Amino acid sequence: MQSFALTLSLVLMAAIVLIFGWVVLSASTREVPPAKPFRWRSPIFWILIVAGVIISVATLSPWPMSGHTASASEPDQVIQVTGQQWRWELSSDTVESGKEVEFQVTSNDVNHGFAIYRDKTKLITQTQAMPGFVNKLRVIFDEPGEYEVMCLEYCGLSHHAMSATIFVR
Amino acid sequence: MSEQTVKGAPARLAFQLYVGIGVAVFLLMMVAGAVLRMAQGAWIDIPANYFYQIMTLHGAGMVGTSGLAAAAVMWYFLRRHVDLSTGAFLTMLGLSLVGVVMILASIGIGGFAAAWTFLYPLPAKSAGLWGPHAAAGYVGGLIFIGVGFLVFYVDCAIAIIKRYGGLLRGLGIDQLLSGKIDTDHPPTVVASSMVIIINVIGIAVGAVVLVMTLVNLYVPSIAIDALLAKNMIFFFGHVFINATIYMAVTGVYEILPAYTGRPWKISRPFLAAWAAVTLVVMAVYPHHTLMDFVQPKWALVLGQVLSYLSGIPVLLVTIWGALANLHRSGVRWELPLRLIVFGLLGWSIGIIPAIIDGTIRVNYVMHNTLWVPGHFHLYLLLGLLPMLLGIMYFAATRANWQESVADRLMFWIYGVAGLVFCLFLLLGGSSSVPRRFAVHAQEWLMLTQIGAVAAVLVLLASLYLGIKLLRRLPHLQVGGA
Repeated sequence: MQSFALTLSLVLMAAIVLIFGWVVLSASTREVPPAKPFRWRSPIFWILIVAGVIISVATLSPWPMSGHTASASEPDQVIQVTGQQWRWELSSDTVESGKEVEFQVTSNDVNHGFAIYRDKTKLITQTQAMPGFVNKLRVIFDEPGEYEVMCLEYCGLSHHAMSATIFVR
Repeated sequence: MSEQTVKGAPARLAFQLYVGIGVAVFLLMMVAGAVLRMAQGAWIDIPANYFYQIMTLHGAGMVGTSGLAAAAVMWYFLRRHVDLSTGAFLTMLGLSLVGVVMILASIGIGGFAAAWTFLYPLPAKSAGLWGPHAAAGYVGGLIFIGVGFLVFYVDCAIAIIKRYGGLLRGLGIDQLLSGKIDTDHPPTVVASSMVIIINVIGIAVGAVVLVMTLVNLYVPSIAIDALLAKNMIFFFGHVFINATIYMAVTGVYEILPAYTGRPWKISRPFLAAWAAVTLVVMAVYPHHTLMDFVQPKWALVLGQVLSYLSGIPVLLVTIWGALANLHRSGVRWELPLRLIVFGLLGWSIGIIPAIIDGTIRVNYVMHNTLWVPGHFHLYLLLGLLPMLLGIMYFAATRANWQESVADRLMFWIYGVAGLVFCLFLLLGGSSSVPRRFAVHAQEWLMLTQIGAVAAVLVLLASLYLGIKLLRRLPHLQVGGA
């Protein structure tokens, strides 16, 4: 997902740069009367709207947050997670690969971000840990191994050192 | 080219103060930003508490200065069309300076380091790093700045109401509904009306949550719902920072035609776009809370869908309009125009990673990584700041501009290094590097260090451009309605 997001961003940004470059390079030349520059604007507007509808339906259906609303299926395992300056408390730190785990995430003090990393360069998923609320995050770990939990919501002095380990068998 | 007349020494002095203070603070905050990036790159050693204090200062300083400098630009051009009070303009500066002193004291003396977003209940729960008085100093400082902005906006609102009969008329809603478009209605008045509407509401919401935070600091038993506080803070923050670029864009509407000789006339799509943006900017903020699963589902859907929609009016009206105005216009390129057009480019490309991160499926793996500062540095460092610099250069140098090779060189260094800086933040985000970490893991260091080099180059180019602008300040001209 990260690579896709980066590639798509770079392609679209490059397209905008090219359009700017084309206009800027020809700006010193004077054309009288000017061409009709807005004739394509209306069609492009409708193309963007139709594209937006398609993108919205494609990315929101099925609803991407499996733990967000009451689910018909029960998770295979439930783990209570509590964030507290500056440590994570997990009711269990061991899960089985291929099984659906529901993390019920909250905080004892300030806002934290419960983020699960495969290694330091691969964020798998995340949710916020908020005082007074429980966010339910469902995950299926495909590969056995050690996964690191980091905090992704700034929470004070040792925010960067707030970590834990999840062992996937 | 319509030259301005010097009208009123106090107005001129007021604008000079804004430009002078704005440029100086921007440069200082850029130094802070470069220091943060170098510390993350393990090139300088800063204790974590100082790192987070500098981070808080950098965020608050940049957001506040962006707001003030953009408000000054709006004042500069709006007073071509309506009568504005120099006293109200200076009151905003005075109250803001009081707020700045309070914020500096809270960070520098009190050790406050809850980030500029003061996310409840972090100001009250520092685990001993700072006390309630330090937090209250920061919160109180923001309240002073907010009150200053309200004074300014009320003055602008009164002036527009007197001249046009209401803010909605200033926005052109009556023309939109009747279908009778008055092409002499100034785009600057449309943009200013929109900014006044959204930012008065935004600042009012911000003031409420700031006062609630203040009460909680001294009476902890009066707690705030953390989700409500988060919604209010992100609403305020999102509206405020977006308003900065909408204020600055008034300068684009006024200056670009001066270069191209083609007037920027309003049209039905123009008015429709600004009306849409007025609503969308206020409704889109839930895209900051996509990882708060306890938010209502409709709010999260709204956050994603409106994130996408919010880019369309900007790209199809202001950017398209600017490029159409520029296309084959026979314009002579010089530094103010280069900076303004480059700012429009930064604004345009900054929209893309924001929209992509506003998609829930992407947000799962990008939220609060370096992708987020990557997006908003495109928006602010490559969008807003060059736009503001270009506009201020125009005001201060238009009469007798002489461009040197060094000017062009520094412009290109700023542009290229700034783009590299932002791209490496985006690369960091796509490599899952968290934002707001005082210490970076070994795996992230190469990306961070390249970003730090780019940050230093941007800083050097900015110092050149900023100091040159400060030296031109005595030549600044201010017109009037």
